[in-house]
Parts: sequence; structure tokens; C-alpha cells
Amino acid sequence: MSAKTYRNQNHLRIAIAWLAAAAMFFPIFWMFATSLKTELQAISIPPLFLFSPTLENFALVQERSDYLSYATNSIITSFGGTALALLVAIPAAYAMAFHTSRFTKDILLWMLSTKMLPAVGVLMPIYLIAKEVGLLDTRTVLVVIFAMINLPIIVWMLFSHFREVPVEILEAARIDGARPFHEIALVLLPLTWGGIMSTALLSIVLCWNEAFWSINLTSSDAGTLAALVASYSSPEGLFWAKVSAVSTLSCAPIIAFGWFCQKQLVQGLTFGAVK
Amino acid sequence: MSVHPARLLQAPSIILLFLWMIVPLSMTIYFSTIRYNLLYPERTGFIGLSNYEFFLTDPGFLPALWNTIVLVGSVLVITVILGLALAVLVNKPFPGRGIARVMLISPFFIMPTVNALIWKNMFMNPVYGLFAVIADFFGAEPIDWLADMPLASIILMISWQWTPFALLILLTSLQSQDPEQMEACELDGANAWQKFIHLTIPHLARPIAVIIMIQTIFHLSIFAEIFVTTGGGPGFNSTNIAFLIFSQALLQFDAGVASAGGVFAIILANIVAIFLIRIVGKSLVV
Repeated sequence: MSAKTYRNQNHLRIAIAWLAAAAMFFPIFWMFATSLKTELQAISIPPLFLFSPTLENFALVQERSDYLSYATNSIITSFGGTALALLVAIPAAYAMAFHTSRFTKDILLWMLSTKMLPAVGVLMPIYLIAKEVGLLDTRTVLVVIFAMINLPIIVWMLFSHFREVPVEILEAARIDGARPFHEIALVLLPLTWGGIMSTALLSIVLCWNEAFWSINLTSSDAGTLAALVASYSSPEGLFWAKVSAVSTLSCAPIIAFGWFCQKQLVQGLTFGAVK
Repeated sequence: MSVHPARLLQAPSIILLFLWMIVPLSMTIYFSTIRYNLLYPERTGFIGLSNYEFFLTDPGFLPALWNTIVLVGSVLVITVILGLALAVLVNKPFPGRGIARVMLISPFFIMPTVNALIWKNMFMNPVYGLFAVIADFFGAEPIDWLADMPLASIILMISWQWTPFALLILLTSLQSQDPEQMEACELDGANAWQKFIHLTIPHLARPIAVIIMIQTIFHLSIFAEIFVTTGGGPGFNSTNIAFLIFSQALLQFDAGVASAGGVFAIILANIVAIFLIRIVGKSLVV
């Protein structure tokens, strides 16, 4: 291959990459653009690309529902659920990775299979239990549920990150008298920090976007942004600009968070698949 | 038999997950054998398997089962192929790669409900949607996406959201590929395509297994996209098992039949889980 055709091919590859990126991102851009239009501009034909932006939709959304309280609920439940799951999962993944038994594999796969339980299948019992113990429409119930639904994936990801740490390092610490707690806190966590962070990031994104449990178990007090968006979905489906504004408000924090952490995500989502 | 004390550290996870599974599961099984309609609280009592009979003979059952399979299968094929193509495109550095990558993975951060609303309103609306406008521009008859091809529309939405996930995992894996091995092949006269087939594809077998595993888990119970866009219709054309149970439980208030459906969905999920674990699972935890 001559240098020139190589260069041309490379230009073509870059052009296609940019085109693909623009296409994938376009729906998000369009949602944002629509949120800055008036309702009339939003449904104009041909679609408007140039218009003078207005913030009135955001004001209307804020007027109808207290955005900050929903956002706070989303932040607390997704970070809380993730933290709770990590707290339980780190010791488990440590035991599985460094004190492997012949059941370890089966336990891991069983954990993953619990993730396949369809939420609708157990909605009724969970709803009744939450009602019985007075946790309906509380952040606590969402924190617990988010922790449980993400626990299998978190254990699995941590397990695969921990496996990459040479056993000898932990053994050396043990000979120096470290107890399991010290092994984890002082040796393992610092060594696998990147992996733990990316695991946490994925879990936070999944919690933030979880809609089924938030819609069905919460209303005004503990409603998350996912529930807020759902409340705009049917009756006001025609008011595109307003729906776009509430959508933008709901997704912006997690998108910004994802962008900020994307390096970590790109490096950390290995699931042990990189050897 | 003595258990190493450190092994006990996995006990909390196992116990919690076991409770999370067994308590609702037993309640669901119990509800599935009794008469339990929220509209008629006075009708109670054990009725054996009638709820199951009712669910399995529901006219929506077979379409829902088929739609579930089509949905999961199509999304998997689309996301893996697209994700791989995109991963290869952005694997090597180019000006602005960081920004392009951010744009490519952004759909993964969008909520399923928002995803559905964006596509339903601004793209697939038969009059004002961008697709209709484009079709109109070329003089074609606009398609009413959600009415005429509801399942395909939902597959499109979910693929848009999950292609970035496949991309992320495949990209991570591509970046870990040994460059020396590639160079050695080049010296032996292999062209780009041969390198891709003989080195890259085998290298990607495990990440693809991961993608299949995780996405199947998530897509078996797709709910929000259907709830927001088609409501399972028209007819049962876009109803999957999860949505069928939902409509039994919350639209017809029949907790008994919904629970029977829940038990069925759990059995279905376990069948899929056994297959998946046979095929891809074992290699994931070695």
C-alpha cells in the first residue's frame, strides 16, 4: 500500500468516525435544541435549526414540579444504592478472588442469574412488603432495591478486577500480619482503585436511569428524575418543547458525569474480558 | 469440613441476594395459586393452576413470547455489529477522538423513558417527526413508525441506547490487543482484513460473550420503552412478556394472573440463563 492511499484511507476513516459520532449524538442534540424552542417552533415544518432560544420551558417545568427535590432524590438513591452494594460486594469479591473454592464459579453465575428475574414478576410482593414496613415512597426503599439489583454485576466486575492482582502481594501482607480487613483496605483497594471507580460509575448510571421501581414504588416524596419524566410522558406528549426541557434536565447531570468520567469507563469496563 | 474464615466474607452478599430472590419468589408463587383480584377483594381462596391456565392461554401470550425473543436477538445482533464497527473506527487516534468518543457513548447515559420520548415525538411522529419530514422531502409516503412497525421501532430505540455499551467494551478490548503480534503479522505479509479476521476477532470472543450476557439480562425485561411509546400495541404487536405481565397486574388488577405470569417469566429467565451460562458463562469467570 503506498503512503498516499494509506493517507486517503485514513482520512476516509476519520470522516466516517465523525459522521457516526454526529449521527449517534444527534437525537440528544435535537432534544436539547427542542427544549429551547417554543411549542410552535418545536413542531414547525421544515424543522428549525436557527431560532432565538427561550428558557420558558424550563421555567414552566420548575413551576409545575420542584426539579431540585427530584434531582436530590436521584443523586441520593443512585449514590446510596451504589455505596451500599459496594460495601457488601467488596468483601465478597475479595473472598471469591483470593479464597476461591470449587463453588465460587457457580455462586457467581447464580448471582448473575438472579439479575434475570424480571422486576414485574416480583413487583407485587415487593410493593406489599414496602407498604407493610412503611417504606413506600421513601428513598430508603430505592437505595436498598438499587443495591440489590446491581449487586450481582458489581460483584462480578470487582471479582474480575481483583483477579488481576497477584496473590503474592496479598500473601506478603498476610505474612506481615495483616488481617483480611487490612489486606482489603490497605493493599487491595489502592491497587484496584481504577477498577472499583469504573464499577461504581456503571452502577451509578444504571441506578440513575432505573425507571421501573421508581415509578411503581414512589410518588411525590422520593420520586426520582426517571419518575418525573414518566409523569410527563402521557398527558403532555404533545408538548414537545416542555417534554424536551424536562428530559434535558433529567439527563444532563448524568451525561455530564459520564463525560467527566469517560476515560475511567473506557478503561475499566473489562468484566475480566481483557487478558 | 472447615471453612476458611475469609470465605465468610462472601456470606452477606449471598444471604442478601438469596433473600432478595426467595422472599418475593415464594410470595409470587403463593399469589399465583389463589384468587386475587384487587377489584374484587371478597373473592379469595385457593384455585390451583387456573391462573397459569389463564395466563398461558391469554391471546397475547404467544405473540409476547415471540416478541421477547425477536427483541433480544435483534438488539444483540445490531449492537454487536455496530459497536464493533464503531470501535474499529475510533480505535486509532485522530484529531478530536476524545470528543467523538464522548458523542458516541452519550446515548448510554440517556434514561429509557427519555430515549423513548425523543424517538416517539421528534423522530417517529408521522406528521411532525424528522423521519416523516425527510420522507416528505424525497417525495415518499411518510411511515407511521409506531403504528406500522412498532417492534422494529422499539428495537431501533434500544439499539441506539445499547450500541455505546457494546462499543465501550469492545473498544477497551481492542486497546488491549498486543501491537507486537499485529506487527509480526504485518511482516508476514498479512493485510488489514486478514489481521482483523485472524487476530482481532478471536481476541474479541470474550468481550462479545460479556456483551451477550449483560444485554440479554437487561433486554429480557424491557419495559419503559414499550410503556412510553406503543403501550404494547397495536394489538399485541409490541407486547413482550414483561409488558404482558404488567398489563395483567396493573391494568386488569388481577394480581393472581400477574403472579402466574411472573412465575412464568422467572422460569423463562432461568432457561435463558442456563443456556447463556452453558454457552458463554463458564468462560467469563475463569
